[in-house]
Amino acid sequence: MKFFAFIVVLFTGALLIYGTVDMPDWGDPGSAPNSHVSPRYIEKTLEETATPNAVTSVLADYRGYDTLGETTVIFTAGVVCIMLLRRFR
Amino acid sequence: MKERYPDVTIETVCRLLIPPIQLFGLYVIAHGHYSPGGGFQGGCILGASFIMMFIAYDIGEVKRRMREKLNTILCATGVLIYAGIGILCLVLGANYLDYGILHQILPAYPAKARALGTFGIEIGVGITVMSVMISIFLNIGTAGEHEGEPE
Repeated sequence: MKFFAFIVVLFTGALLIYGTVDMPDWGDPGSAPNSHVSPRYIEKTLEETATPNAVTSVLADYRGYDTLGETTVIFTAGVVCIMLLRRFR
Repeated sequence: MKERYPDVTIETVCRLLIPPIQLFGLYVIAHGHYSPGGGFQGGCILGASFIMMFIAYDIGEVKRRMREKLNTILCATGVLIYAGIGILCLVLGANYLDYGILHQILPAYPAKARALGTFGIEIGVGITVMSVMISIFLNIGTAGEHEGEPE
């Protein structure tokens, strides 16, 4: 059974490494995110959101849904800690 | 629980350091629009100030200043503020978390309303991160064995 699990892990790892072969080079200016999404955010941030810091506007405005999920993850971590550890007498 | 050994140096240094740390945490949350910072970072700094109090004094001191019940309620309040602003946008007729529509109820043009909506959710994130950090430190540091509410 342990051998089978090892084979599964090895296969999954090989699949993941195979998946990275198709990815664009690090910092490639012609890749899709660098040629479509990033310039759009950088050019329009000040005009659309009145926020000079592009990191904040992308994090909380353009991708606010993602940040809501992150906050919920932190909240869940806190609640689980209380549920598992806290002893009420 | 272990006995507490008071140390005048550590207590004085913490007494002097904690107010500026908390002020800096609020600054990091509020100034996230113009400099590196935001809800997560500012919340961590605010939580760290309480953890410093926990290390320098004892658990009763922290619980006297931040009640466990209040702290747990604050955990949920932050997420509620975040989701509530999203629902508010939905009620006013835009998409979920589309803060531009908030210009109908805020005295600002749409782009500025987006910035204010972002600021609102940063406050929510900061509250949640701060209280969750205090709660996790309190529960892991004592394995959940700390006493109830102080008198």
